[in-house]
Amino acid sequence: MSDTTVQLEVFRYRPDNGGPTYQSYEVPYHDDWVVLDALNYVKNYIDGSLSFRWSCRMGVCGSCGMQVNGEPSLTCAAFLRDHMPGPIRVEPLVNFPVERDLVVDINGFMEKLDHVKPYLVREDDDGDLSAEYVQTPTQLDRYKQFSMCINCMLCYAACPVIGRVDDFIGPAALALAQRYNLDSRDQGKQMRQDVIFQNEGIWECTFVGECSEVCPKHVDPAGAIQQAKLEGAFDYYKRLLTPWARRS
Amino acid sequence: MNEAQHDVLIIGAGGAGLRAAMAVVEANPDLSIGLVSKVYPMRSHTVAAEGGMAAVIKDNDAREHHIYDTISGSDWLADQDAVEMFVDEAPRELIQLEHWGCPWSREDSGHVAVRPFGGMQIERTWYAADKTGFHVLHALFQTSLQFSQITRYDEFFATSLLTADGRCQGCVALELRTGELHVMRANAVIICTGGFGRIFPFTTNGSIKTGDGLALAYRAGVALKDMEFVQYHPTGLPGTGILITEASRGEGGILLNNEGRRYLQDYDLGEPLDVHDPRHPQNRAMELGPRDRLSQAFMHEQAAGRTFDGEYGDYVQLDVRHLGEDRIDTRIPFVRELASNYAGIDPVVEPIPVRPVVHYTMGGIDTDVHGAATLPGLYAAGECACVSINGANRLGSNSLTELVVFGARAGRHAAAAVAGQQLSDGPEIDRQVAAERDRIAELRARPAGGERIAVIRDDLNTAMEAGAGIFRDEASLSACCATLRELEERVDRMSLDDTSPVYNTELISALEIDGMVDISRALAHAALDRTESRGSHQRTDYAARDDAHYLKHSMAYRTDGDPRIEYKDVVITRWPPADRVYGSSAGKDGK
Ligand SMILES: Cc1cc2nc3c(=O)[nH]c(=O)nc-3n(C[C@H](O)[C@H](O)[C@H](O)COP(=O)(O)OP(=O)(O)OC[C@H]3O[C@@H](n4cnc5c(N)ncnc54)[C@H](O)[C@@H]3O)c2cc1C
Ligand code: SF4
Ligand code: FES
Repeated sequence: MSDTTVQLEVFRYRPDNGGPTYQSYEVPYHDDWVVLDALNYVKNYIDGSLSFRWSCRMGVCGSCGMQVNGEPSLTCAAFLRDHMPGPIRVEPLVNFPVERDLVVDINGFMEKLDHVKPYLVREDDDGDLSAEYVQTPTQLDRYKQFSMCINCMLCYAACPVIGRVDDFIGPAALALAQRYNLDSRDQGKQMRQDVIFQNEGIWECTFVGECSEVCPKHVDPAGAIQQAKLEGAFDYYKRLLTPWARRS
Repeated sequence: MNEAQHDVLIIGAGGAGLRAAMAVVEANPDLSIGLVSKVYPMRSHTVAAEGGMAAVIKDNDAREHHIYDTISGSDWLADQDAVEMFVDEAPRELIQLEHWGCPWSREDSGHVAVRPFGGMQIERTWYAADKTGFHVLHALFQTSLQFSQITRYDEFFATSLLTADGRCQGCVALELRTGELHVMRANAVIICTGGFGRIFPFTTNGSIKTGDGLALAYRAGVALKDMEFVQYHPTGLPGTGILITEASRGEGGILLNNEGRRYLQDYDLGEPLDVHDPRHPQNRAMELGPRDRLSQAFMHEQAAGRTFDGEYGDYVQLDVRHLGEDRIDTRIPFVRELASNYAGIDPVVEPIPVRPVVHYTMGGIDTDVHGAATLPGLYAAGECACVSINGANRLGSNSLTELVVFGARAGRHAAAAVAGQQLSDGPEIDRQVAAERDRIAELRARPAGGERIAVIRDDLNTAMEAGAGIFRDEASLSACCATLRELEERVDRMSLDDTSPVYNTELISALEIDGMVDISRALAHAALDRTESRGSHQRTDYAARDDAHYLKHSMAYRTDGDPRIEYKDVVITRWPPADRVYGSSAGKDGK
């Protein structure tokens, strides 16, 4: 056990019992501890009633996003040492309804992912599984970055548009749409564009790029949105405004 | 009480559960499927798999080779009929994943690329850089979104199975968000809840890998098979247990002791080649030997004082520097990310400290080759199941393949089996539901100040590591069994701090630990009774493999006292037991 300790100030909320409040906990400090380790220490040895999500502790399952000192962070990748001497304030991700303590409601986010039809669409899929679709490394590179999203939602917490336009489909879902649009094996782009451009928020996005800044996996959702707009808007409006263009 | 009804209920939405769900849709699009998961599907631990997924696809490979590697890797404890089906169906399943969008790494020609992996004589491991499981899971989950037949119950925790008229007919599940119980009814239930590495202290497994599904089946009278076989992966980061994938050795990484020696050459694993020799790394030799042998070699080096001394225990070095920055960044970028973030080491310039870490559990719910358990209506697939293709030691990159091959098999079989079945009504189900409601109410009502869950878990972890670690003997296992008996009593005295119904994660932990102690007892007793050494089960007091007595699966049954251990013959088709030979002297298929 280390001699030094650090103070956590943790957001507490129980829907059946009033709140919210902040509660302070003193936990041991270790150089190689992440904020999630400190939260687990609290839960295990001080106060079992603190609720939060986590699983992999290696930055890949996307469950453990919270605000750490006001910044959307993966708590399994946020080291205590970067926030010393403390206190360290831990709060639920902003821009999401809070369910309890550090747990937010992600159903809206899940629906947004679903909305962009995130799967390969093939007109010629006849169930033949004798060979793979051919895709060169260069073709793979076109969408690879956008396929790295772990759905941690930090970009939604950072996004200035989500805060104002509630049903904005948001950075990660747009990056996901672009991931499939750019996949050489896919034929569903048109269908996805319709969804994307019917959505209000995309026009509000000012490309300030907070989403890309905060993304722990370098997905660059702002880049995806920009690309999608450039490529898609023209097509979309052409079809929307000039019905005869569709016939050609 | 909330009730839901489906044709097929799947518990677990990792790789196995999602594949099973889509297999049901493929087999019969008119069936309705309930998919229950204690976390959102994309959080399932399949997401953490790194290195790759094995299937024969290249012209220089053949099914016989993959079969032989798997059987010899299993130390002949795998059922050979199951292995043959597994190898035959693997390529089709991996192509299916490709057609579902998995971004496999490619050759310049645009065909999928393969890499070498431990214990495989030919490179046949498909990969998506070193985030294979992540891409596979997301591809499966995203693809599944288009099927309206699948109703998801995200963040629902299954607490017990329901049986009536001798058939499994559903489960009880706790909804995290509300704390309410749901009665989920179906004519077939497929358990896909993953492994149970979390019964050990130092593991690559995420917090959700607590073996809940095994406890569900065990308590419903189904045997747990081959529980004594636990895989230690040779290369975890000290302290956190974060995995450094075997792909790092498949790409050419080497293991060094504190004298700078590639010590594996001293353990019957062949002769090292220079790292710049074009024939390095050699398949089935040295750093590409099987995991059980590599982890055991570490223990011998440690005993001889040839490991490094570290804050989190002894370690050896994994050196990938000679691969160069470019190759590291294209083939194993996640290794660099993890080593830098969590060990403060840049593998481009420094060797990575590594030590053996609990990684995979070969044992599980006893099933046949269709994933069917002995209880009619019940199926299991994925890491929670034991078919068995892994026997006493799983080969790296066979597990992800197992998820899709046997997930699909279980889904198809269940889809066919539910036709014409009727759910039973009446007191039998009601009684079980009431008993489950009372069990959970009693747990929640216990006065504060009882045993702390985390302390019980710490003590369980310590007992398992001390008694049933890489090397075991009668004394260590007997002590472990005795501690587990005490822990079982302590579980009855634990109490919660959390009184809220909403998102009571402490209640979930309590239910998990209850099951963990139960299945740990099955493990310890099966290990105590197996007086031989085979694969990952190494008894210092019985150092040799004993085919005359133990070419058999152990079958642990739950009783009111100690688990009852029975045995079942291994299925041998064409590969009679032989020595496991690794190193350059080994011929093709052991010939
Ligand atoms: C770090 C790491 C790297 C790996 N790398 C490789 C590799 O390169 N190649 C390879 O072949 N294998 C690899 N493996 C092994 C492989 O990833 C796993 O065996 C496999 O992913 C398990 O998948 P699964 O579908 O059986 O379970 P999981 O993916 O663990 O999913 C379990 C599911 O069950 C649900 N669940 C559990 N309990 C309950 C409950 N009580 N109620 C409701 N739902 C429940 C969970 O929510 C989850 O959805 C690796 C493993 C680890 C840990
Ligand atoms: S785009 Fe980045 S920040 Fe947003 S959810 Fe995905 S991984 Fe997280
Ligand atoms: S716990 Fe999985 S991303 Fe942090």
